[in-house]
Amino acid sequence: MAQYSNYILVCGGTGCRASQSELILQNLKEVVRQNGLQESVQVIRTGCFGFCEKGPVVKLIPDNTFYVQVTPEDADDIVNEHLIKGRKVERLLYVNPETNELILDSKHINFYKKQLRIALRNCGFINPENIDEYIARDGYIALGKALTEMTPEEVIKEIMDSGLRGRGGGGFPTGLKWQITRKVQASQKYVVCNADEGDPGAFMDRSILEGDPHSIVEAMAINGYCTGASKGLVYIRAEYPLAVERLKIAIDQAKDYGFLGDNIFGTDFSFDIQIRYGAGAFVCGEETALIHSMEGLRGEATVKPPFPSENGYKGCPTNVNNVETYANIPVILLKGAKWFSSIGTEKSKGTKVFALAGKVNNVGLIEVPMGTTLREVIFGIGGGIKDGKKFKAVQTGGPSGGCLTEKHLDLPIDYDNLITAGSMMGSGGMIVMDEDDCMVAMAKFYLDFTVEESCGKCAPCRIGNKRLHEMLQKITSGRGNIEDLDKLRNLAMVIKDTALCGLGQTSPNPVLSTMDNFYDEYLAHVDEQRCPSHQCRELTQYFINPEKCKGCTMCARICPVHAITGSRKVPHTIDSEICIRCGSCIEKCKFDAIYVH
Amino acid sequence: MCTMMNKVKTLDDLRKMRESLRTSLDLREKSNNPEQMVQIKVAMATCGIAAGAKEVMSYFIEALDREHVDALVTQTGCMGYCYAEPTVEITVPGKEPIVFGRINKTKVDEIITSYIKEGILIDDIIPVNYNSVGPE
Repeated sequence: MAQYSNYILVCGGTGCRASQSELILQNLKEVVRQNGLQESVQVIRTGCFGFCEKGPVVKLIPDNTFYVQVTPEDADDIVNEHLIKGRKVERLLYVNPETNELILDSKHINFYKKQLRIALRNCGFINPENIDEYIARDGYIALGKALTEMTPEEVIKEIMDSGLRGRGGGGFPTGLKWQITRKVQASQKYVVCNADEGDPGAFMDRSILEGDPHSIVEAMAINGYCTGASKGLVYIRAEYPLAVERLKIAIDQAKDYGFLGDNIFGTDFSFDIQIRYGAGAFVCGEETALIHSMEGLRGEATVKPPFPSENGYKGCPTNVNNVETYANIPVILLKGAKWFSSIGTEKSKGTKVFALAGKVNNVGLIEVPMGTTLREVIFGIGGGIKDGKKFKAVQTGGPSGGCLTEKHLDLPIDYDNLITAGSMMGSGGMIVMDEDDCMVAMAKFYLDFTVEESCGKCAPCRIGNKRLHEMLQKITSGRGNIEDLDKLRNLAMVIKDTALCGLGQTSPNPVLSTMDNFYDEYLAHVDEQRCPSHQCRELTQYFINPEKCKGCTMCARICPVHAITGSRKVPHTIDSEICIRCGSCIEKCKFDAIYVH
Repeated sequence: MCTMMNKVKTLDDLRKMRESLRTSLDLREKSNNPEQMVQIKVAMATCGIAAGAKEVMSYFIEALDREHVDALVTQTGCMGYCYAEPTVEITVPGKEPIVFGRINKTKVDEIITSYIKEGILIDDIIPVNYNSVGPE
């Protein structure tokens, strides 16, 4: 069937293309043809390999040789030396910077060990609606081991030793949380899975629930065994219909197979799971508000202590964990705490799933060991900034986090480092921004969200955030002044100190972080009524340069609000009052006559 | 794929079930049986569906039937290449799995006639850039 015996893959990702990978491709095809090999060697273009700093990349199949920093002139050697004579072109091989060894094939390149899928281990491998496929990949073995070969204390010790910390953003040691709940004496306890995932731009939990729902079912049962709970509740946002459907199927299948229900694995442990739906309130991701929402009350946070571990759902001890935290549990029991704690940094073990979004080429879901640097994520895995623009900042932690700038690019990602740098891990949203993004507008965007989502119970959040938002609106529309900047900072600090729950306590973070790192942008907005990134509507004006304009009328025709006037062959003008700054005219103009001020 | 609906009563039962499931999966992928099947996995998480993965999957089934190719088409979760959805992973027996991105009906036809039938790779395959923790 297959007539080709060799394939040459040339990276067609944006970075490599900019370094002539198309020419490399053409040259390779030409040399192959000159040697009469076109029937047995195929040359093709691939998507981004992600190894952009060493591009252009060329990979050979089937021996998996990985050539880096290839030039168009190398095509000859690759075909003649490697394919025909069987000698790898050593000068093109990747040199491991730590050991100075030549790496012969892609499987040994560290870069490919940069992403390690643990929580996402089954996503993309199995059909999530088929329990048999989950079982074939060791599904429910961890539960069986825990119930029949280990005591609850032994399981808890394993989780504690692994160093697993809560992946919802709090970073609290999971094993410790389970132990605290275990110690409370009560006739009924609950374990809860927090699948509310309210952060804008975050979809890690959704992907785990849609791709591997059984891992959550198994982990919750293990949790129930450890803490002494016979009932599990999954609080999932109703905006995830596919995740809900797949979770329901998984629960039904688990019941059929006897992994849920009475006397699981022939022991006296019984466990069942029910689903409860969120209704679109960000605050219900906070555990006390979540619990109240499940009880049928309004989703408002309540003071801690008492912690849910002692007094939670219906007054019973309740153990709340995030989806991603649960996804790690079965594999920790199967492979051991020692293995898990060998990955990551000293205080942050294991991996973290990030939803990489924004102005990068390869947006998507990634999972990297803790300690990976931001540079490796954004420029390595992410393939660099889109359209060749300049990196400005990356926002982690959603509305609760802050932004990290160029000086933080080599920071190893872990819970503590991110907090020291003025941000936080959060649930894993990572939004990359370039030179065209206004940081003041970004802070305002997050405040738009938190003001909307505040439950209103405590004055600092209800009133304080609203005032912060108003000040940012003033500043972004050019009506702010220098005193506003001090007021902004002072109020933000007060809200952080006095708000009742995590939503309020962290909502000023985007403001403080952008003020710390981009104070000059704030100054430009208040002192000069200017937006350096040309994003803030009222501070940006579009002008037509009469010397360059040929009066071709293209811009006037494309303008959606008819803000441009002028007759044929006469320089046109834009009415600033009507213009909505959409940029369509700039895109259309062939004479580069429209500029932004 | 066997659909045993009996309850799993002990850990040993589960281990045996796992072995037999793995064996039947292996046979399908790796044997020298001339009737071995091509495996096609379509990433069917919300981002994939939003980009048209459901249509891709139905069209695959229809086209494979039409071209008389023996294949198993299943859905799977997010493979992580959200920028290139819809994505599919094609495993031709005896070969490494390959991921193709930005799939539409034209690409499906190309994949079937060029890659599956002739072993000719087509442009824009997505290189896998991660390792996953796997079964013991």
